[in-house]
Amino acid sequence: MKKILEVRGLSRIHGPGCPLCFENTGAEAETNVCASCGSVVAAQNVSLDLHQGEILGIVGESGSGKSTVVKTLFFDAEPSAGEARFFDGDQQLDLFSLNAARQRWLRNHRFGMVYQNPNLGLNFNVSSGGNIAERLLMSDVANYASIRQRARDLLTRTEVLGERMDESPRRFSGGMQQRVQIAKALATRPPLLLLDEVTTGLDLSVQARILDLILEIQHELNTAMIVVTHDLGVIRLLAGRTLVMKYGQVIESGLTDQVLEDPQHAYTQRLVASAL
Amino acid sequence: MNPGYELPVDDVNYNFAFLDELAKREIRRNILKAISIPGYQTPYASREMPMGRGFGTGGLQLTLSLLGAGDTLKVIDQGADDSVNAVNLRQFVELTCPGANTTERAAEANIIQSRHRIPEDKLTADQILVLQVPTPDPLTIVEPSEARRKIMHGEGDYAPLLTRLYEDIVQFDEIAISNRYPTRLNGHYVIDSSPIPRFDVPKMHQSAALILLGAGRERKIYAVPPFTDAVPLAFEDVAFRTEAFLDSKGNRRHCDRCTSATSYLDEIIHPDGSRHWQCSDTGYCNERRTQLQNAECEEARS
Amino acid sequence: MKPLLDIDGLSKYFQLHEQQKLIPSCNAVKVTVYPGQLTALTGPTGSGKSSVLKCIFRTYLPSSGRILYRDQEDKVIDLAQASEHRILQLRRRDIGFVTQFLHCLPRKSALDITIEPLLTRGVSHQEAQRRGRDLLAQLRVPERLWGLPPATFSGGEKQRINLARGLVARPRLLLLDEPTSSLDPGTTQNVAELIETIKQEGVGILAIFHHPELVQHLADQTVRLLAPAPVMQEPC
Repeated sequence: MKKILEVRGLSRIHGPGCPLCFENTGAEAETNVCASCGSVVAAQNVSLDLHQGEILGIVGESGSGKSTVVKTLFFDAEPSAGEARFFDGDQQLDLFSLNAARQRWLRNHRFGMVYQNPNLGLNFNVSSGGNIAERLLMSDVANYASIRQRARDLLTRTEVLGERMDESPRRFSGGMQQRVQIAKALATRPPLLLLDEVTTGLDLSVQARILDLILEIQHELNTAMIVVTHDLGVIRLLAGRTLVMKYGQVIESGLTDQVLEDPQHAYTQRLVASAL
Repeated sequence: MNPGYELPVDDVNYNFAFLDELAKREIRRNILKAISIPGYQTPYASREMPMGRGFGTGGLQLTLSLLGAGDTLKVIDQGADDSVNAVNLRQFVELTCPGANTTERAAEANIIQSRHRIPEDKLTADQILVLQVPTPDPLTIVEPSEARRKIMHGEGDYAPLLTRLYEDIVQFDEIAISNRYPTRLNGHYVIDSSPIPRFDVPKMHQSAALILLGAGRERKIYAVPPFTDAVPLAFEDVAFRTEAFLDSKGNRRHCDRCTSATSYLDEIIHPDGSRHWQCSDTGYCNERRTQLQNAECEEARS
Repeated sequence: MKPLLDIDGLSKYFQLHEQQKLIPSCNAVKVTVYPGQLTALTGPTGSGKSSVLKCIFRTYLPSSGRILYRDQEDKVIDLAQASEHRILQLRRRDIGFVTQFLHCLPRKSALDITIEPLLTRGVSHQEAQRRGRDLLAQLRVPERLWGLPPATFSGGEKQRINLARGLVARPRLLLLDEPTSSLDPGTTQNVAELIETIKQEGVGILAIFHHPELVQHLADQTVRLLAPAPVMQEPC
């Protein structure tokens, strides 16, 4: 299976930064904050590989830097260091050195992102069908009837009632808002989908249906995904491989069943033992 | 500037056309830039004028920078030469531009300044149309940040605007924008066509005359160069439509004064409550009336 | 005949950081599996039999030793050192594992769980369902259960679903961890027959059996594991 994404040495520092930042922070130091300059090291030297059609899980507690990783990949935030290579067909793109226009193009055409907070992923001034239309219109589809049909199809696929496609997502429940987000992210059939804590805070039964939906989509479209969560159950369900992060560092990585049944790092062992 | 050049000041020391020559030069340079990049909102140093913003200072600055002795100006507002604002602007030009002529007949003018209408008669390559614009940026309704709007224009990202059109069709089965219809120039920049009605937007497409648009308060100049494609935004399967002026039986209405069945009509309610329809372009209407009356006289005589 | 799987010096211990303990699981294990043959792992409880299987499947990380697997192109790779992606690839087609416990997706019916390996190999839905039903019938799973999610099944029923999933698509190497421990004699006999059939199709099997008779009937080789050495204290 071909590689679709390669990340090497990704780091993000909030603040002035200093030569001691990496030394002073991380899993062993048990902190994100550099004692010498006060900067927050959100992510430190993160590397990962993602292959076409696979789901990679990133698990960690608050402050682990897991969301930072996907945010930089989606160009919501700029990394302080590191490289990310995206393999698209026969092209190889160095993501962080692309100009802003090119990055925006990738966001609109090749990547999809589903946020924990629907406010970030949806436009509440526009109907749920309109949200999907917006994404399609970015890729130059100019036929009203086909836009409407595709929006309807996607919302049906994500189990949002067809009658509600002209309502603003403002009126929807949390679970439905997430499903509109997923539909919107999939509108352009992106080869890479980023999911940031998408079921956190939702009721269990709602969570279950959304996770089932994500798996079905992966089977149908063979979309590569990075799933960020703090929930080990979600990881076990979705991810074939998992990274464990703590205070900005990747402290363990492996096949999901191995990480959960034979954790090597002390922190991972504690994490697995703490799962309900 | 040439130190030997004598500034054409009048006896109270106002320069010809009120603006100083350097101001006029800056505006003309920006006009050239605007023409070179069809639809690009060119920023310029909009001067303080002796009337408030919102009364056409943008259009006026364009006119004053272009006007010279021997030029002929027509000023209309909502199609009429005799509305208050048009009269004020015309009188201002007559006062400050000795040697420049003014007229109500479009065919005689080489500069036409207008608010909210494009004249009915087709303009020629010898004429310049100056339109007054309140907000120059069509993306304002979907994006409040100017910095982001500029990036969107640069990248041709008009998806949020098109989404607005989509939502209109969902709600009303048609695009509900009545004036300031977003129009794409030369395949790239989308402009606010100024508060002209939809009826007038097709006149921008491949126009022989240069069309300049000035926003005084917002300090922007943009242009539709001659013979440029100006395509109103629409979907492949939901076309752009203009006002049809059909009565209840589906027949096209006529102007009560001049019988024209092709012009943009204003609905006028008389004191007795009856509704009448009349050309918005008074100059055009008056000319037609004169022609009709002359024809009647000819007939009466023979 | 060249071995399908050749394990040499495999050791596994668990390093528990919190408790500061080193727990040995298996030590210096040597096992070979040939295509079309069944090797049985025997030994007392706690001798690390399940761990050996899990180390092969990479559910556990081997602490030392080599696990040499001969793939379809006759190339030998050390599973203990192989990359994660390679292991995932092998799990999809080459190596099947019927564990003692059914870890499966909730809300999926027993039949869907059973036929999943066929679907990932591109078998049509119709054909996959047909084969799945046949197998479930062979394993005497009542038809009324086929459309239900196994979460509420009895231990024996879950085990049979597990077996069905493990056997429905023939891998090259099959790992069986006590596949008949919760089954009645009749069903156990059916399972034994199925295993015979699979052997004849060339599948190499490494199995742990609860019933010694199965070892006698099915095993071409037996490896007896000894109980591991006592707990060592982790040096501070």
